[in-house]
Amino acid sequence: MSQAIVPIDFRSNAATAVQDSLLRAALRNAADTFATKRAQAVASVPLDELREAASSIRAEVLSNLSSYLDRFIERASRAGAQVHRAADSAAARETIFSILEQHRVDKVVKSKSMVSEEIHLNDYLIANGIRVVETDLGEYIIQLASEHPSHIIVPAIHKDRRQVGKLFAEKLGCEYSDDPARLTKVAQQTLRREFLSASAGISGANFAVAESGSVVLFTNEGNGRMCTTLPRLHIVVLSIEKIIPSLADLPTFIRLLPRSATGQAITSYLSVITGPRKPGDRTGAEELHIVFVDNGRSSIVTGEYRDMLKCIRCGACLNACPVYRTVGGHAYGSTYPGPMGIILTVLLEGMPKAHPLLDATTLCGACGDVCPVKVPLPELLRRLRERRVEESFTPTIERAGIAAFGRAASFGGLFALGQSTARVLWPLMQKFIDPQTLGRLPKPAERSFHRRIIGVKIS
Amino acid sequence: MRVQLFATCLVDTFYPETGEAMLRLLRRFGVDAQIPRGQTCCGKPADSGGYVRESKDAARHFLSVFGTNSDPIVTPSGSCASMVKNHYPHLFKDDSRLRQEAEDVAARIYELTQFLVHVCKAHEAGFKGRGKITYHASCQLTRELFVRDEPLMLLQSVQGAEFVPMPDADRCCGFGGVFMGKQPEISMAMADEKLDSILRTGADTVTGCDHGCLMNIADAVKRRGAELRVKHIAAVLAEGLP
Repeated sequence: MSQAIVPIDFRSNAATAVQDSLLRAALRNAADTFATKRAQAVASVPLDELREAASSIRAEVLSNLSSYLDRFIERASRAGAQVHRAADSAAARETIFSILEQHRVDKVVKSKSMVSEEIHLNDYLIANGIRVVETDLGEYIIQLASEHPSHIIVPAIHKDRRQVGKLFAEKLGCEYSDDPARLTKVAQQTLRREFLSASAGISGANFAVAESGSVVLFTNEGNGRMCTTLPRLHIVVLSIEKIIPSLADLPTFIRLLPRSATGQAITSYLSVITGPRKPGDRTGAEELHIVFVDNGRSSIVTGEYRDMLKCIRCGACLNACPVYRTVGGHAYGSTYPGPMGIILTVLLEGMPKAHPLLDATTLCGACGDVCPVKVPLPELLRRLRERRVEESFTPTIERAGIAAFGRAASFGGLFALGQSTARVLWPLMQKFIDPQTLGRLPKPAERSFHRRIIGVKIS
Repeated sequence: MRVQLFATCLVDTFYPETGEAMLRLLRRFGVDAQIPRGQTCCGKPADSGGYVRESKDAARHFLSVFGTNSDPIVTPSGSCASMVKNHYPHLFKDDSRLRQEAEDVAARIYELTQFLVHVCKAHEAGFKGRGKITYHASCQLTRELFVRDEPLMLLQSVQGAEFVPMPDADRCCGFGGVFMGKQPEISMAMADEKLDSILRTGADTVTGCDHGCLMNIADAVKRRGAELRVKHIAAVLAEGLP
């Protein structure tokens, strides 16, 4: 039996979030810091050229995605990796679990991966008796707090150091401290034991290189290296659009991704993993599995929203978005928040569930300006709003109002009549319509501009 | 020279004094401003809401009112100007006749400060003023029309007034057309934050080129009981006409 789809209650989530002054201060602080660092970092590169280059590399991949995927699979397999394709989240979870089961894995260490969030991997593995330890500091924090990431790059952006201090004291039994260096040390010591005793590592990937069959990871904390090299078994989970044609394309993204994401010229670690450990290699997992998640992407890539799949998950649009910085990522009630998150969620999870997210934008355009691969985010948001109207997902009263507006706007006389009526009915309207909306408008002027100038000779 | 004035529905309905200020300004620079009868709204509220049919209705009406001659069209709103310039041709992309008409009016539309600076050279006229003025850079004006410098050139030219730039001047104030009504909690929170930025400059007046934003900011001022004048740039300039 199919369950009724409940739309995400964005307005009520957001209304709660704006009241949370701690959350808002943490968000403002972090989003502004990242946005400022980004602005400084991109000033040192020929940004326009790089964006153009990155955008066309991504566009080329998307217009031939299945052949690039085939090439990647062939090359990665030749290098000794085992590649799997999962049509949806359930298939991906099962694929990963069965690999772990075959290896009798009881504990995995994980490096940050948004796709693993998309497929709800952790819950599934835990329900099946496997211990999952997130090792990115931000991910570790939210795992301890039993939450989900509220930002695609900075998962614990919504927490300040005092909250993290309390959480660590409560969950890890350490002494309370709000010193970030001290807290990092505590996490490092706890996680080091986990790295050494885990029999499998799961990571995401920022890119998959078709020509060489390599996966590429940009990380900062060293945990990514640990997850991908210490355990015997390494599983990479990534979505199908993460491909770039060749290693020669990588420098463009090396220059753009860290700058756009954290304002760094380059991340602390850059891993290019081609197949499992070979004789003579000093590091690397003995067995490497790569799991490609589709989840509808192979159909998105053939349609009018293909450009969304150019996204390289830098998070710059989240930091630039005035709505995101006001409500934070959890209000979106989806895996991916912010401008890219709204679009991706509608595309991946469907209009019936995700349509309220289309109100989480003022269409201010700030996201489009910072996107390193030139995803036309404002344009896609607008198009999805059009689709929402076509598919009748806007409230009846709004549709009626806009229909009346459309008619009035088509006839000068009718429009003037509407103005006079609104003026006369204003006190009544204010009483009956949400005071937070209509009550914020000024009263219509006694005489409209038109009426004032009729009969007055101008010039 | 002669221009056609598009007042916008907000000015027509709520802020007729801004329309009058605009007329005084244009007249001072020797511009014969005509006001085509029957003009209504550009359709922006429907367009940003995703209502294609209603935006087309409004756009077709605009084309019929303004398409009768080839004068420049001047409007006191970056958002409406961008609607005509950028969105009309797109709305009619599948209709070659209307698309041509849309492109014709798109080529003729000026946001007020664009016209004042590039055609009237008003920034060289020597406006007079007083007090401290700061400026909110509205979204479509900045990011769709790329009008960033013109309002600043005009405001900085006002003698006797001090222009104080606002940090993050081009961050959205939370108006967003239908957004103000559909997400009032976020809209108010964003307007409150904008007001914080404004008040930190120490200005006694905030101005801008879009009455939508100014309306949202004025509401934040009212809710807080702050001492701040919120004025359209046309009014600020017309007050100090040389």
